[in-house]
Amino acid sequence: MIPEHLAVLSIVLYFIGALLIPLLARFARGMSWTLAVATSGGIFILNLAGIGGVLAAGSIRYAVGGWAPPIGIELVLDPLSAFFVLMMSGLACLVLVHSRRLVPEELPGRVTVYYSASLLMLGALTGIVLTGDLFNLYVFLEIAALAGYALLGAGTARAAVATFRYLILGTVGASLYLLGLGFLYLASGTLNMADLSAITDVTGLEPLMVIGLVFIVAGMGLKMALFPLHLWLPDVYASAPSTSTSLIAPLGTKVAAYVLIRILFYVMDPDIIRYELPFTTVLGLLGAVGIIWGSIMAIAQTDLRRMLAYSSIAQIGYIALGIGLGNVHGFIGAILHALNHACMKAGLFLVSGNLRAAGRSQEIAALDHTLQRTMPWTTAGFTLAALSMIGLPPLAGFFSKWYLLLGSWEKSNWIFIIVIVVSSLLNAVYFFRVIERLYLPKGDVKPAKDDPAGAPAVRLDRHFTLVVPVVVIGAGLLLLGLANLAIVRVLIQPMLPEGF
Amino acid sequence: MIELIDGYYAYWFCFLLLTIGLYGMLLKRNLVKKVIGLSVFQSAIILFFIIAAYKDGSTVPVIDPRIGSDQPAAYINPLPHTLMLTAIVVGVATLGVAFALLIRIHGKYRTLDEDQLIERMK
Amino acid sequence: MYPTYEYASTVPAAAMLVSLGAMVLILLSSKSPNLREAWTLLAGVVKFALVVSLIPGALAGRVAAFEFLEIAPGVSLSLKADALGVFFALIASALWIVTSIYSIGYMRGNAEKKQTRYYASFALSLSATIGIAFASNLLTFVIFYELLTLATYPLVVHKETPAAIRAGRMYLAYALTAGLVFLAGTAWVYLATGTLEFQAGGMLDADMFSADGMRILFVLFLAGVGVKSGIMPLHSWLPAAMVAPTPVSALLHAVAVVKSGVFGVLRVVGFVFGPELMVSAGLDVILAVLAGGTILLASFIAMRQDNLKRRLAYSTVGHLSYIVLGAALITSAGFTGSLLHLAAHALMKITLFMCAGAIYVHMHKTEISELDGMGRAMPWTFGAFTIGALGLAGIPPINGFVSKFYLGMGALEGGQVVVLAIFLVSGLLNAGYFFPIVIRAFFRPSPQHPVYNEASFWMVGPLCLTAALAVLFGLFPDLLAPVFTLASGISAEILNPVPRP
Repeated sequence: MIPEHLAVLSIVLYFIGALLIPLLARFARGMSWTLAVATSGGIFILNLAGIGGVLAAGSIRYAVGGWAPPIGIELVLDPLSAFFVLMMSGLACLVLVHSRRLVPEELPGRVTVYYSASLLMLGALTGIVLTGDLFNLYVFLEIAALAGYALLGAGTARAAVATFRYLILGTVGASLYLLGLGFLYLASGTLNMADLSAITDVTGLEPLMVIGLVFIVAGMGLKMALFPLHLWLPDVYASAPSTSTSLIAPLGTKVAAYVLIRILFYVMDPDIIRYELPFTTVLGLLGAVGIIWGSIMAIAQTDLRRMLAYSSIAQIGYIALGIGLGNVHGFIGAILHALNHACMKAGLFLVSGNLRAAGRSQEIAALDHTLQRTMPWTTAGFTLAALSMIGLPPLAGFFSKWYLLLGSWEKSNWIFIIVIVVSSLLNAVYFFRVIERLYLPKGDVKPAKDDPAGAPAVRLDRHFTLVVPVVVIGAGLLLLGLANLAIVRVLIQPMLPEGF
Repeated sequence: MIELIDGYYAYWFCFLLLTIGLYGMLLKRNLVKKVIGLSVFQSAIILFFIIAAYKDGSTVPVIDPRIGSDQPAAYINPLPHTLMLTAIVVGVATLGVAFALLIRIHGKYRTLDEDQLIERMK
Repeated sequence: MYPTYEYASTVPAAAMLVSLGAMVLILLSSKSPNLREAWTLLAGVVKFALVVSLIPGALAGRVAAFEFLEIAPGVSLSLKADALGVFFALIASALWIVTSIYSIGYMRGNAEKKQTRYYASFALSLSATIGIAFASNLLTFVIFYELLTLATYPLVVHKETPAAIRAGRMYLAYALTAGLVFLAGTAWVYLATGTLEFQAGGMLDADMFSADGMRILFVLFLAGVGVKSGIMPLHSWLPAAMVAPTPVSALLHAVAVVKSGVFGVLRVVGFVFGPELMVSAGLDVILAVLAGGTILLASFIAMRQDNLKRRLAYSTVGHLSYIVLGAALITSAGFTGSLLHLAAHALMKITLFMCAGAIYVHMHKTEISELDGMGRAMPWTFGAFTIGALGLAGIPPINGFVSKFYLGMGALEGGQVVVLAIFLVSGLLNAGYFFPIVIRAFFRPSPQHPVYNEASFWMVGPLCLTAALAVLFGLFPDLLAPVFTLASGISAEILNPVPRP
């Protein structure tokens, strides 16, 4: 019975969890974390089964409430959505494990609400990925956004200001999507993705649809913080509670990228999108500019989290660049980079959370080599994730860049090749600045004697919930790198859109 | 598409509302006015859907015994209306969250003016 | 040449992994310095033995190959112990043992800090170097090449002084960019040909790229390997990196890192483009002009350096380009000379660096102008220094003479009078910047150092050993290992390749 319900189960379970947490908290305080982790862990396992089922037996289409599409809402578990859902649930589980210490510290008295909102947001993000209905996607988009605003704005008043700005722009983004959807509906008379795809196969792309697509791309560009629509992002990520950032930074922007990929390459005819309209060209160029701009801005930051936020803008640029290439290698690069960047960024923000938990400042200038002794696992995790960001083999980041390079050569796009090379160097500049501080004493400090038997340093990252997720992600990056071909062959090849 | 509408003026009005909303959101210095702009913006989109669903000479989508169910063209399309019901709910929820954030901001900084806010956040 | 065939073997992988394992053991035994150094030495010996065991196969055309896993469609992370790979691995692993012994003397004598990190990074660098040597395709090569950059970074910044950190940044900036540029070239080749496997005599055909495309591709690869091999104008990181402890300069900046660069040049010339394409596309001219210019310029700059290590660094820059220029000649003697010089320069330059280190640790002198009369205090050290200096200047019977002789022969064989002139002039320049040091040390009077006052055995032993080897190999090139046979075999393999299936 379970297999055919796999598509809906994870959404429902997240929502049930979101409801159960406040109820349960009335009877057993302190259960919120356990329940949230158990829910997300269970869903991760379900999604593993889901992707296995999809790869073995083909896509699972689920008509919600028994109403057959195109009238009813349809949920689709195909290779693309199963991949994203699996990635999201895995990372969400790790971040929630990590949050045990931080949430009560940063949001005292609001732990229950916090976990409830987290699960609500995760459920909605899963819904965005799984739904086969354009309007349903909008609703999930807004649920995820609202829960996200609550998570991001929950901390300091400064966070509230940043989140307010995000709310304004985020709502504009969602509204633009809604407007675009209206145009698509006017032209086709359907909201079901598969149906719309079938209709456009016959009618071609009408002008009205093109207008709709422009609005949708703009709206999603805002949501995924694509240059130049990225202005909301740094303030929000830098001021929000660290767990919220760790949860939203890796997932939120990727989901918006997913929506772009889904609509441009699956709902619409990819050949028209790639060859007859300038969508991919524009996306690729904006991505390229975003990569350089984000990297340069990251170098200019003095706050670790702001630096990571600008780095996110740059990394989103890689995904946009991959989409913009519009060939197989570019597509693989974009998907692989979405996965890799989600893992790397989650790891990096978790490290920033560990600094917070240890009572350390987020100022880059305040980092020093004592951390290497007091938080060895954390600094090692940071180094691994940073090296992967720079794109050093055999870590995961290297391979997504490899595919993007292949795609760029295939299009003979010199600009993209130069951008990829230069940006890796810029990445190295801002990450090694931090690594240097973590491992080397500052110049004027008197060098300590090599003293292996000296007093053991006070360990600041002793609690396992703080260490284990960071280590898992660090090891995961190595594994993702070495197993990249398996990922490409088994998971990404089956999801290539028709016509690629 | 032409048969769905009787003229473009309604769409122009919609576009005007959209612009006003965008103007309010992006250029007004007062945060509450930004929220008002947001609301106008969303309403414009809701209106857009409603206008799009309108057909001249058609009636509400409730089966009328005089028309019967064999002439679908005599009824307007009900789907955009239902969609917009949901969109309105979403919009209300957004406003709620926006005001909650504003209360938080006002509680701390005692102002909702953006310039003053930036000044006091330093 | 003899037909080659491959057989599956874990030996290349074991040779690569043994120092990786040693790195873990080193990190685990940080509390016990003696145990830690024992691991280093043990791993060095085991690694050397494993590489030596591959020599007979490489000579007979039986190539041991090992495949880890596929990392891109049709491309594996795989190692292949072909003759060129074994040649380089042999030099690197042999000199690792010598340097390790020397390191113990240097690090303890100088009371350096963070020795565990030092030995661990060293072991990792050696793994990467062997990986580079045995890489069977471009992607594997790039991966180990980047890994080497990363592994040597902690060694460059070892002293943790502002100067060291600056040098580290510069090193990373140059080396990482180079790796990426090389990667970009690799991606292009992969897209155009679908394969990345090295092939003696060249893996590319003339019709795969346009003439301009071929030149651009060559420049991409050359920029990639040119940084580590110090071809001007990509050499600036090398003198800057001399702030590292001297054993690091010795092994990494005379053997592992820079030789990985020239090894890369040889791979690119002989196994990617191949002799025919090099000549027909005019690539050999690009290479020769750059290398020839570097030799002369570096020699002139070396003369103006007063800091001993910096002078050695510029000398390294010059000599690396000897190897590159030899390859650019595309002649049998040129390749042989190039390979022999790779080995000879490694042996002699490591001697010179170890001497510089011994002088620094024991006498705390870094400048050449301070060396007056020190030869009488440290006769063994300066004796070895003299042998190294004579060898690099190309005086028989030291092994630098043999390699230079072949390089000169190569130039004649190719009819390149200009190149021959460059070799001869630079030989004189070599003498010009090395002999004053020797003369100062032995013949200038010094009131301060009249009595015998030699550095510790742990340092003097290794440097005398390498100096003695330099003389021995000059007389009998195939004495301990068939270096000469391997070198001539490789050049035959490149120039008269077995037709591709």
